[in-house]
Amino acid sequence: MTTRSLRSLSGALKPLFNGHLSRPPPARYGGRHTVTLIPGDGIGPELANHVRELFRFCCVPVDFEVVNVDSSMASEDDINNAIMAIRRNGVALKGNIETNHNLPPSYKSRNNLLRTTLDLYANVMHCQSLPGVRTRHRNIDIMIIRENTEGEYSSLEHENVPGVVECLKIITKTKSLRIADYAFRTARAKGRRRVTAVHKANIMKLGDGLFLECCKEVACGYPEISFDSMIVDNTSMQLVSRPQQFDVMVMPNLYGNIVSNVCAGLVGGPGLVPGANYGEDYAVFETGTRNTGKSIANRNSANPTAMLLASCLLLDHLRLHAYASMIRRAILSTVTETRLHTADLGGQGSTSDVVQSIMNAIQSTGPQTLSI
Amino acid sequence: MWSCQTDSCPSAFCAAHPQRQGENIPPPAKYGGRHTVTLIPGDGIGPELLNHVREVFRFSCVPVDFEVVHVNSALETEVDINNAITAIRRNGVALKGNIETKHTMAPSVKSRNNLLRTSLDLFANVMHCQSLPGVQTRHKNIDIMIIRENTEGEYSSLEHESVSGVVESLKIITRNNSLRIAEYAFRLAREKGRRKVTAVHKANIMKLGDGLFLECCREVASGYPDITFESMIVDNTTMQLVSKPQQFDVMVMPNLYGNIVSNVCAGLVGGPGLVPGANYGRDYAVFETATRNTGKSIANRNIANPTAMLLASCMMLDHLELYDHASSIRNAVLTTMNETRLHTADIGGQGTTLEVVQSIMRFIQSKGQLTSDL
Repeated sequence: MTTRSLRSLSGALKPLFNGHLSRPPPARYGGRHTVTLIPGDGIGPELANHVRELFRFCCVPVDFEVVNVDSSMASEDDINNAIMAIRRNGVALKGNIETNHNLPPSYKSRNNLLRTTLDLYANVMHCQSLPGVRTRHRNIDIMIIRENTEGEYSSLEHENVPGVVECLKIITKTKSLRIADYAFRTARAKGRRRVTAVHKANIMKLGDGLFLECCKEVACGYPEISFDSMIVDNTSMQLVSRPQQFDVMVMPNLYGNIVSNVCAGLVGGPGLVPGANYGEDYAVFETGTRNTGKSIANRNSANPTAMLLASCLLLDHLRLHAYASMIRRAILSTVTETRLHTADLGGQGSTSDVVQSIMNAIQSTGPQTLSI
Repeated sequence: MWSCQTDSCPSAFCAAHPQRQGENIPPPAKYGGRHTVTLIPGDGIGPELLNHVREVFRFSCVPVDFEVVHVNSALETEVDINNAITAIRRNGVALKGNIETKHTMAPSVKSRNNLLRTSLDLFANVMHCQSLPGVQTRHKNIDIMIIRENTEGEYSSLEHESVSGVVESLKIITRNNSLRIAEYAFRLAREKGRRKVTAVHKANIMKLGDGLFLECCREVASGYPDITFESMIVDNTTMQLVSKPQQFDVMVMPNLYGNIVSNVCAGLVGGPGLVPGANYGRDYAVFETATRNTGKSIANRNIANPTAMLLASCMMLDHLELYDHASSIRNAVLTTMNETRLHTADIGGQGTTLEVVQSIMRFIQSKGQLTSDL
């Protein structure tokens, strides 16, 4: 890890603010925000509970409106309720909702429905090597910006001839320009030097070719940021040998999914990285790699770091920066304690131990808290 | 030291093509006791590496003659690649370098490599990634065999722009091709004594497409009760690969995931210069480096790693049933790999291509077989 202090590390984890787009400040009623909470399946509910526990402990002025989505029901009522709640509140924190393979193909992925209906077009994941976590690679600092609504995830498939399935991957100029613009704006706001577009335009010439062209177009408007492109297979190979060469990466949906999982694996696993989905009007926060974690559910062994860091991103989005930094500092200092590492990091700590330690760290720094 | 008897060959690089044994495919044709193999130099580092292959073959007195067919990637017409395809149909076997696909040309100019694979119906791309003893990597004891569907999927090159600014790319998955590749994977696994086959997919999102692929794999798996079958979503797979790659044995997947996963695995075992790849069809076989890099930036500088191409030529010799020559060259290549001072730039050394090839030839000569002069 470089000579960065924990404070600058936590500062670097703050998300972008579209300050220049005159978005009104988040609404508060009686000085408190309301945030939609979707527990999801697997480890989602327990981690969401820990988040609530921590927020109550720190006296964070956020109230959660819990909306349960039952993944085994075929009707879309549940997810539509959730979407309406998010439209109402503007912000949400969610766990992953399981997509059961055994249900018929007409049953669409609930997570995907949520993202496309709310037009959360940018998925931002910041992968950074954490000081307390031992990994094979060091000094990784990659920001991955992934198009979140189109591409291979359009859920448009058909079987005209029996035994022959066509899946449509949709790339549009508007959305490609939009995500490229978002990427460059974010890079500029964070003082990043380089943006890499990941594509497979040698094979999908029209589709990824269009994406690449849009990125090049947008790059012209940001002369201080260098832009290059890389084919996705070469990118994945470079990521496992020399990930330090990457700075900001922008890409369509499927490559984003794969590349973000590779990067999450490089910095220590799915339990550490938070993710954020931003749209024009809404923002939804979740773990970076969207795992349901069914096999470790309710065993007190899940790593709460990713979900808690996602809740800090949420607090930053609501402009409660002081609370966000305080919780983030506590989380990062806890992660350096090897004896508290959970199973996914190679330790034997339990989720509740980690959360307790975070609460202790917060209490010791002095601000107003409830009693433990 | 790698010893290689034909029956107990380190399955690493031997390409015992499973179809040979079952069906009535005649042995490869020899005229005057010599085979003719199509050689496509390609672009970038292809020509120089293939020259080294020819050099090593001539030195070891391998009974193979190369019919060289050039494919000019700058031309828009398909005459060149069609000539190459005809030559491969004629000879049955080919060794190729990667042909560059220029992004600046019109979208109607299809990737030449892709055209070759689909016209010859080379449906299975097989890549065996193994940790080599002489190469230092972050992960050890990797032994993964990747079988990738090579002709359909995202590489169907079918795209259209019905509405301006909206492009639809079609990813085609068919039952026949999926059954075929799954069958190939399980047969190969059984033959090499592998215990587990993992299907990689994204069926939670592409329910019909990857769902069909997964179903076909399951169907075929039921006919092979001695082999465990499991499936994994591609994003989880890539994450597992970078943390615990030792859990994987044989992996089968559609085209695009195969591309990405094979590149990740190549990166894990030491890079693109080390792993050979083979493309098998029912009637033809084409051998090349596994990650299909053109290597334009290192072309003609005597720094490319010849290992991948030489191991690919050994796989070709196995395919032609010239097992002795294959083993001797393979042993020489793997022994040279142990010498750190001969490592090329891509694995962190400063050796040149020529030094590596010379060392390989010296080793072959030291084993006492018939060779020409050094």
